[in-house]
Amino acid sequence: MTASARDLPAVGRSPRRSPFRGGRGRLSLQRQLALQVGSLLLLATVLFPVVWVFSLSLDPLNRSRPEGLSLIPSNATLEAYGKVIAQPTNNPISFGELAFNSIKIALGASLVSVLIGVLAAYAFSRLRFSGRQVLMLVILGVLMLPPVATLTPLFVMLNRIQLELPVLGAFNLRNSLLGVGLSIISGLLPFAIWNLKGYLDTIPKDLEEAAAVDGASTNQTFFRIILPLAMPALAVTAFLGFVSGWTEFYFSWMFLNKASDQTLAMALYSMQGQFTNTPWSVFSAFAILFAIPPAVVYFFAQKYITSGLAIGAVKG
Amino acid sequence: MTAVATTIEARAKGRVRGGILGGGPRRTRIAYLYLVPAFLVMGIITLYPLLFQVWMSFTDYGIGNLRATAPPPHYVGVQNYVDILASQLAIPNFHFVRLILYNLFWAFSNVAIHVVLGVGIALLVNTKGLWFKKAYRALFIIPVVIPPLIVATVWKNMYDPDNGAVNLILAGLGKFLGMAPDAFRIDWLRQVADPIPFIPLPLAFFAMLVTNTWLGWPLNAVVATGALQSIPNELYEAAEMDGAGPWQRFRNVTLTYLRPAMIPYAIYGFVITFNLFHLAYFMSAGGPFGRTELLVTQAYRLVNDQKLYGVGASFAVIMFFILLSITLVTNRLARATQAVEEL
Repeated sequence: MTASARDLPAVGRSPRRSPFRGGRGRLSLQRQLALQVGSLLLLATVLFPVVWVFSLSLDPLNRSRPEGLSLIPSNATLEAYGKVIAQPTNNPISFGELAFNSIKIALGASLVSVLIGVLAAYAFSRLRFSGRQVLMLVILGVLMLPPVATLTPLFVMLNRIQLELPVLGAFNLRNSLLGVGLSIISGLLPFAIWNLKGYLDTIPKDLEEAAAVDGASTNQTFFRIILPLAMPALAVTAFLGFVSGWTEFYFSWMFLNKASDQTLAMALYSMQGQFTNTPWSVFSAFAILFAIPPAVVYFFAQKYITSGLAIGAVKG
Repeated sequence: MTAVATTIEARAKGRVRGGILGGGPRRTRIAYLYLVPAFLVMGIITLYPLLFQVWMSFTDYGIGNLRATAPPPHYVGVQNYVDILASQLAIPNFHFVRLILYNLFWAFSNVAIHVVLGVGIALLVNTKGLWFKKAYRALFIIPVVIPPLIVATVWKNMYDPDNGAVNLILAGLGKFLGMAPDAFRIDWLRQVADPIPFIPLPLAFFAMLVTNTWLGWPLNAVVATGALQSIPNELYEAAEMDGAGPWQRFRNVTLTYLRPAMIPYAIYGFVITFNLFHLAYFMSAGGPFGRTELLVTQAYRLVNDQKLYGVGASFAVIMFFILLSITLVTNRLARATQAVEEL
């Protein structure tokens, strides 16, 4: 569900035409300049927060606040990045360890939901069975809920699972990365099923029908035909799931108590609170390092992400 | 390749079964096999918790009932529901009707701005002969690629009253007009007094509206661009020949083609914005005095800060019905607009 916040609709790929000018004639120089000024101003507003954070991150550590607006501050330095990598918050935990915790949650939740999700998506998209519509409605109903909807019962239920493990000692499923991962799956799985079903619906049935005529079983059709064709959608769904796990906040913040379990999102939140003494340069360097992995993938794989999502195919 | 391999293998086995869409008990059994993993997992970590939550909502489940050995909570009937709906909760700044109205207005105002700006900017960057068109389109997508959590924290920093970028820029502009820089120590996210006397909305609302506009219009522009590019050029030429001016061409051709793409997306955006946790929680923290709280952030606060698990459960159930009504209404709207288009 968190992932769906970043859904992109499919974009048609027909030749470009102007809505204003009826497709003929060229821009007068005056008009061109006016539109350029408008576009550049717009670009400035889009880029400003990014430039601001970048310039803050170059401030030296002995300055807790910026001295003013400047692209490259005086005495610019990369000290803040060094500090972030070594120990960004007051907790004795490095950026690498925080990132590793986030990766564990994100990778686990996204892989599990895609692998299980594609099986269910195949059944919903291709097989006819009794109860199909009811079950699909159940998925859609869950999909409608924000992740906060399952917060309370999951907290209470997972908290009941407390074990005395031989080596690890006391283990509380609620207060563990595993518990948070499970909670994320509870929101991610319905999204994966729905999105993958939408994609499978767009795959033409000719191949499968040919295979069926030749005697291929349902399983063979799924593993030999559907699965390879659905790879782009699997990759995109897994990526979106990964990003929502990478930046997950609600569950981790409420469930996790141990400093060693902290995630990137938790550290970011604790850095910008009212009562923190984190220099802005450290906060900014942290935000940049945190944002870069998903942003880079997103920026360069946009076309594939767009085409791997089902929402464009859904008629309102 | 794969299909060929399958064909050959199947032929070698010499078996032929019914068509792919054929029903029958055997198909049904296979279908259930494919569904078992998903529904097993969902049953345990999604559906059962949701039902458990309904039971919790009729109890006074609190922090004392958390431990495995703790006594069970007391049954309190619909007390939690009554307390929420009547705004009688023992927590500060909780007013249920205000919360819902604000949340609806928040979603509606944001989406209206996103759609209008998105369409306008799509028209701008689709203008024929505009230089650097591709570069603009590529760069305008930047807000979309940054995780919302980070957008919220960075904008909170920019709204800082003392050293924030927004006040620094305003002070810089003010200098030209001969204003003292101290005039711009605006506490964007915490100021208590409403900026516009006759509109009961705090400054934090407007500040977050700006942030969410920055965040929201690019995707709308992408959707609008897709729709614009699907308009056949002949339509404009025909309209022009019939003597239609630029405004008429825009209204009758451009808007007609934009509507079917934009309306479903606007509805989708409405639901997303309605449940937008990050800005309200990270930027204003619901303040001042809980006036920019959304249902999702209030729900989170009830359980995370106040540890009122029973009340939180009731709140989640109420939220479910609110979201259900919104979905039903928007579905009906979508169907109505579709019907109009088919006329």
